[in-house]
Amino acid sequence: MSRRPGFVLEVDKSTPPTLFWNGEGFVLETLPEGSRVIYAPEPMKAIDDPYRAIRHALLHPVGDRDPLPALLRPGMKLTICFDDVSLPLPPMEAPDIRQMVIETVLDMAAEAGVDDVVLVAALALHRRMTEEELRHALGNRVYDAFAPHGLLTQHDAEDPENLIHLGQTDQGEDVEINKRAATSDLLVYVNINLVSMDGGHKSVATGLASYRSLRHHHNPQTMRHSKSFMDQPSSELHSSNWRMGRLIAESGVKIFQVETTLNNDTFPSNFQFLQKREWEWSLRDRASFAASSTALSKTPPRIARQIFQSIKSPHALTSVQAGEVEAVHALTTSNVWAQQGVDVEGQTDILTMGLPYICPYNVNSIMNPILVACLGLGYFFNMYRGKPLVREGGVVIMRHPTRPEFHPGHHPSYIDFYEQVLTQTIDPVQMHKEFEESFATDPWYVHLYRTGHAYHGVHPFYMWYWCAHAMAHVGRVIVVGGDAKAVRRLGFSPASSLNDALEIASDVVGPSPTLTHMHNPPIFMSDVR
Amino acid sequence: MATSGILGRVRSARFPLAPPTWPTTLERPDPERKVGLDYDHEWSRRYPVRLARAVVMDNFTRPAARLLAPATVRGLEHLQHVEGPVIFAANHASHIDTPLLLTTLPVEFRHRTIVAAASDYFFDRTWKSVLWSFALAAIPIERSKVSRRSADTAAEVVEDGWNLVIFPEGGRSPDGWTQPFHGGAAYLARRTGRPVVPVYLHGTRHVLPKTPDPGTRAPGGSGTESRQSGRLHRSPIAVLFGAPMAPDEGESARRFSARVEAAVATLSREVHSDWWQARRAVSAVAPLEGAETAHRGPDASAWRRAWALDDPPSRRGAKEWPD
Repeated sequence: MSRRPGFVLEVDKSTPPTLFWNGEGFVLETLPEGSRVIYAPEPMKAIDDPYRAIRHALLHPVGDRDPLPALLRPGMKLTICFDDVSLPLPPMEAPDIRQMVIETVLDMAAEAGVDDVVLVAALALHRRMTEEELRHALGNRVYDAFAPHGLLTQHDAEDPENLIHLGQTDQGEDVEINKRAATSDLLVYVNINLVSMDGGHKSVATGLASYRSLRHHHNPQTMRHSKSFMDQPSSELHSSNWRMGRLIAESGVKIFQVETTLNNDTFPSNFQFLQKREWEWSLRDRASFAASSTALSKTPPRIARQIFQSIKSPHALTSVQAGEVEAVHALTTSNVWAQQGVDVEGQTDILTMGLPYICPYNVNSIMNPILVACLGLGYFFNMYRGKPLVREGGVVIMRHPTRPEFHPGHHPSYIDFYEQVLTQTIDPVQMHKEFEESFATDPWYVHLYRTGHAYHGVHPFYMWYWCAHAMAHVGRVIVVGGDAKAVRRLGFSPASSLNDALEIASDVVGPSPTLTHMHNPPIFMSDVR
Repeated sequence: MATSGILGRVRSARFPLAPPTWPTTLERPDPERKVGLDYDHEWSRRYPVRLARAVVMDNFTRPAARLLAPATVRGLEHLQHVEGPVIFAANHASHIDTPLLLTTLPVEFRHRTIVAAASDYFFDRTWKSVLWSFALAAIPIERSKVSRRSADTAAEVVEDGWNLVIFPEGGRSPDGWTQPFHGGAAYLARRTGRPVVPVYLHGTRHVLPKTPDPGTRAPGGSGTESRQSGRLHRSPIAVLFGAPMAPDEGESARRFSARVEAAVATLSREVHSDWWQARRAVSAVAPLEGAETAHRGPDASAWRRAWALDDPPSRRGAKEWPD
């Protein structure tokens, strides 16, 4: 049977209840008749021989680039940068695609006799990866060949010795990136494009940048004018990154970009029911749902978190392209849309979504309330091209337990942000003016970021700015099943059930609103006309 | 509670129940410790100890080794017609090499084989000396050079009918490639007239990786440590035995040692091919003279040397890509 595209279902009397993620668990909700449910396209077929496809891409680059072997010579300085633990989600089953690409690049470098090779994890202001995470992403062979000699490094945005200021764009944006990468004869960037926001010039201009550089596009103004992050031509975030990327290229930094796309086969067989359409659930699916949801409801959150964080996704490679950044990214973006795009007619008054246990910033960690807001309003809300799914002044209803729990090692500044900033203001512009700098330059946060596994002090602000477009667009945000105090701290309205949430929403959108539900997993992107 | 009470009494016991304290005004002579090369290991070859060692080896060490490191063993036929004792000369990548090699030996060799172990590491404390003498029938030798005392000790046990395992590199490989051989095995063969059996141990460095020197920080910062080092990991290994070799008439120990090293190098190539392909590969890398350098790795940067090793654990255990 050929792959079925995504589609929009109209709920009627015979429609079974619809699945909602609910953090480390899931529930079935009955949606009002006439509601719409958007289902993602089915997974694309995986490439049979990924090593061969990768090799082919490196030998047949697109844009103005020679094949990779022609760019390699003895005595040169080669830096290979790769996306960090935030991609893909959930982490994929071994072998990770980064491992396969980097092994192939290294085979070619070894054949060419390149001695000076360094690997750099492009962290930006994210936390440093652990040994286990690096081994998973790169494989033991790469790790053991590079880590013991100090040749496997993680970008440090606070290391003045290893940053270089390349200049300012015509808009006055500072471009400061990793010195080793910028001064290499060749920079190979190995990317995973899970959504169309990833990749392109954003890989180097953001992934290898310093706070001085990132603040030009990670701010409320830029985020508010990114409509949306997933639609590069309409995203001010991307316009800024593209200006920076072009300046990086003009500065003489030679980038060989390798971008990969994955299919949306997100969960292993025991959780397959999550990504099936409910009316197609088999007896096994129904039994799995009943058993797992009952067991999870009785499991302490800490244990449930460990269970979910241990899940590895069967994601498989659907395309790989290499060469000049912009030419590569154009192909990548169209491949991502081919997997994830769903046509949707018209906007809705109420948009509902179930939020899962994971987002890019809590892999092997805790989903704290700030990340809940970011996942719902920053990511899911922005998964559109054209117009947002919800109309201006409409309501977003999210489902998540939203417990006020934080990982002190990974998110230390989030705790203070939650206690000191959100108690004063939830306005991104005000907090940007009054609080951002003190968090960004706090020496303790800098120390934890550089030497431990902590996100940078400014990171919670960026997560909040990520919501700026949605916050300005929607009339109200309601969280179903969340900790009431934490939900109010975020400036949202708590509700104990979906019916209560619809009741609360009627104050904003009237008594007979239209409702659209984003069914996930897997994720998808709406082309709203 | 009762146990801690008894321990407390023992700790608080005073002379004469406890040992006497030494007057601070008097210089205390160093206690006479017979460890290192001075350790008397003769007891470990007496019959009751041999019997106990054989029981432990066959009932515990051997099954545990099979479980931990499933071994592919090749070339045992070379041992069928050789008259003992022999000198096993093997490459060395891990502390686990010795038990893994001993447990793959045929029974007629296994319980009649002793191991030459570095005196400065395995015999620096009394408890270690006792442990290794018992468990592996180890004898202390000086690893950095062929010293007369070490040579005499080793020669005596070989002449006494014991097979000897020796690692001619003098220590574990720092990066997986074989280091140049010292001449100890060849010297012993010449002196005792016993043959040398070359042995190649493959993959043992993944079973018990070498630990970085204590106190060294991860050069790439936190997250790039080697916490997997110094811990046991289940990983398959291969043990390849070559044909016994004897020094030619008038052949010097140095030249014979180079031949032994070349034989080990050839075995290293046999892991992924066969004997003939291995011979051809070694000849292509280092024709005629100096064939022994074929398993020392390319003269290149650290990562390229690591990359050129042909025993990648990540690929070996990698899951197939889904269709």
